[in-house]
Amino acid sequence: MVACACGCGEDELTKQLDKVIDEYRGQPSGLIQVLTKAQNLIGYLPLWVQTRIAKGLGVSLQEVYGVVTFYAFFSLIPRGRHKIAVCAGTACYVKGSKTVLKALREVLGVKAGQTTPDSRFTVEVVRCIGACGLAPAMIIDGKDVHGRLEPEQISGILEQYA
Amino acid sequence: MKSLEELAKIKASRRETLKIREGIPSTTEKAHVMMCGGAGCISSKCNDVVEAMQASLTKNGIADQVQIILTGCMGPCDMGPVAIVYPDSTFYRRLKPKDADAIVEEHIMKGNLVQRLLYRTPGAKEPTPKAADIDLFAKQQKIVLRNNFYIDPTSIEDYIANDGYAALGKALTAMTPAEVIEEVKKSGLRGRGGAGFNAGMKWGFAANSKGTPKYVVCNGDEGDPGAFMDRSVLEGDPHSIIEGMAICGRAIGAEQGYVYVRAEYPLAIERLSYAIDKAREYGLLGKNIFGAGFNFDIEIRIGAGAFVCGEETALLTSIMGKRGEPRPRPPFPANEGVWAKPTVLNNVETWANVAEIILKGADWYSGIGTAGSKGTKVFALAGRINNTGIVEVPMGTTLREIVYEIGGGIPRKKAFKAVQTGGPSGGCIPAEQLDTPIDFESLTALGAMMGSGGMIVMDEDTCMVDIAKFFMDFIVDESCGKCSPCRIGTKRMLEILERITTGKGKEGDIELLLELGETIKSTALCGLGQTASNPILSTIKYFRDEYEAHIKENKCAAKVCEFEE
Repeated sequence: MVACACGCGEDELTKQLDKVIDEYRGQPSGLIQVLTKAQNLIGYLPLWVQTRIAKGLGVSLQEVYGVVTFYAFFSLIPRGRHKIAVCAGTACYVKGSKTVLKALREVLGVKAGQTTPDSRFTVEVVRCIGACGLAPAMIIDGKDVHGRLEPEQISGILEQYA
Repeated sequence: MKSLEELAKIKASRRETLKIREGIPSTTEKAHVMMCGGAGCISSKCNDVVEAMQASLTKNGIADQVQIILTGCMGPCDMGPVAIVYPDSTFYRRLKPKDADAIVEEHIMKGNLVQRLLYRTPGAKEPTPKAADIDLFAKQQKIVLRNNFYIDPTSIEDYIANDGYAALGKALTAMTPAEVIEEVKKSGLRGRGGAGFNAGMKWGFAANSKGTPKYVVCNGDEGDPGAFMDRSVLEGDPHSIIEGMAICGRAIGAEQGYVYVRAEYPLAIERLSYAIDKAREYGLLGKNIFGAGFNFDIEIRIGAGAFVCGEETALLTSIMGKRGEPRPRPPFPANEGVWAKPTVLNNVETWANVAEIILKGADWYSGIGTAGSKGTKVFALAGRINNTGIVEVPMGTTLREIVYEIGGGIPRKKAFKAVQTGGPSGGCIPAEQLDTPIDFESLTALGAMMGSGGMIVMDEDTCMVDIAKFFMDFIVDESCGKCSPCRIGTKRMLEILERITTGKGKEGDIELLLELGETIKSTALCGLGQTASNPILSTIKYFRDEYEAHIKENKCAAKVCEFEE
């Protein structure tokens, strides 16, 4: 088990997870919704979380694992405090998402799919965030879109995220 | 909502306040400022501009005489943040918080337009102040995006004021379910998700199918990279989706709807959830809608990032909480969809058309467009083009009109090379074909595809082999792995493309790509695999010389590919 990022104890975290599960208890169809909420709560989906969800919804652990590994949104390993998603949709690709990734690699020392050793950032490549008008773009923590990126802006942008 | 009268009452009272947005000056209000709140403008910090403007209004003591409304996407994302000031419908672009005082003190209080913020057509001396006169807007026809300039997406009353829910009222009180289906069939509306199947026929199949209960599903899993039309509808006019789905529910006898939205669109999910709550509150979802004994409700299902879930059988499987793998058809969803029950599945843009068709009639709708493709199509323009953003044009508009007249051409005087339509399932259309009127048939004939409507413009600095590799990389990543032609075949194609783009291409590679491409096309299980080779086949068809230059001369004319020595 892991400690929750908000500082509460593990038991509190389990309680919160159970609350998420309760919404769909006994309903296998709620699996993706529950996993989404559980990951938002815990940051990733370790084995104990998957086991608890499997029991709660009445599906096998294999099935839960199958779904977790099928969808790009779910992660089996812990991720950084801030998630940088570099858009590699067509518009961003045509306008230079490659150079954005390269700049991130230079500044942070990690490639797409990796987390910095201090757990501050995880870099990911995503397929189109729908901000094609602002290509090339990246989105941080699922909400802050940074568009029309030039490689030299990258370190300045990252400074805003502690 | 008990009756049409009640709806009419809300409409009448709300219309009074909205007259100013139709250009009629008001005695109590000075202006309505419609600030674009689409994802593009939010990313360009339109909220800071709103805040500054609010502060300026307060400072000048006119906060109670001016409304600032955050709308859905207005389209010209590249110029964001943009705003339209009514009653004179002045269009301002690239706004910054420091511009707020000028708009409030000069324009709203004294009536002097702020010249430096107006739009100028490239090359023109004088600015074009009115939105309707700007060629970017003037050449468009808005059906799907009818409300995006006009209403507050979080106000159900705004939607009602612009004839919202009147079509649902009509379908429930003045038409039989069979008449509703007939009307949609006659309109010629075809599914906007890519395949272009006649929507009314689909509804008819589900209505005649024996199983119960039946379901209505909206595909909002807009996964094509470079497409953001559905997002703009979900964010800008969520009630139009709810209304369209409810009308279908009546027509086929369904009481439950699902909207499947991708997790990457948090704002769309937020606005749609809010709209569903409001519709319930007003009795437009729930029990006994319009007193007609019709019950209908909608639930949102959030996708978890899998491109294949845009394929209908995969999406329906995903709604049930499983791995989103496609399955062979038949049975079609109209007979066996969610929970193996009859299901109508259409995409966001299709649903947004429905209410207008019921309200204005099939004849009106089928009068727009070409012989085989009726109505309008929303395109997302992006890539190497001046006006990136969302446009809606009648079917049959030529690519040249879209790229040059609406899109403003290619930046930095570069030469146009191709337009890529239809995302990873589509193809690249070269300059020679710019005058083709666009509809479902013409694009397929060119080896491309309507797809959902992403349109990426490429210029001389784009390498077509590299683009082909980009799409193949995408497909390899997103292939669900269930069938071997797609799982293995696309991987082999990617390896060949990687070889070619690093200077290791061999004689016969092009022929091998063609053979693999055709084989995958005819043997893959689902739409994703069957169309996966389109980007490669179409670039070989039109840009074979680029492939040959890479293989034979180690030369990339666009200087994109880096060859190993």
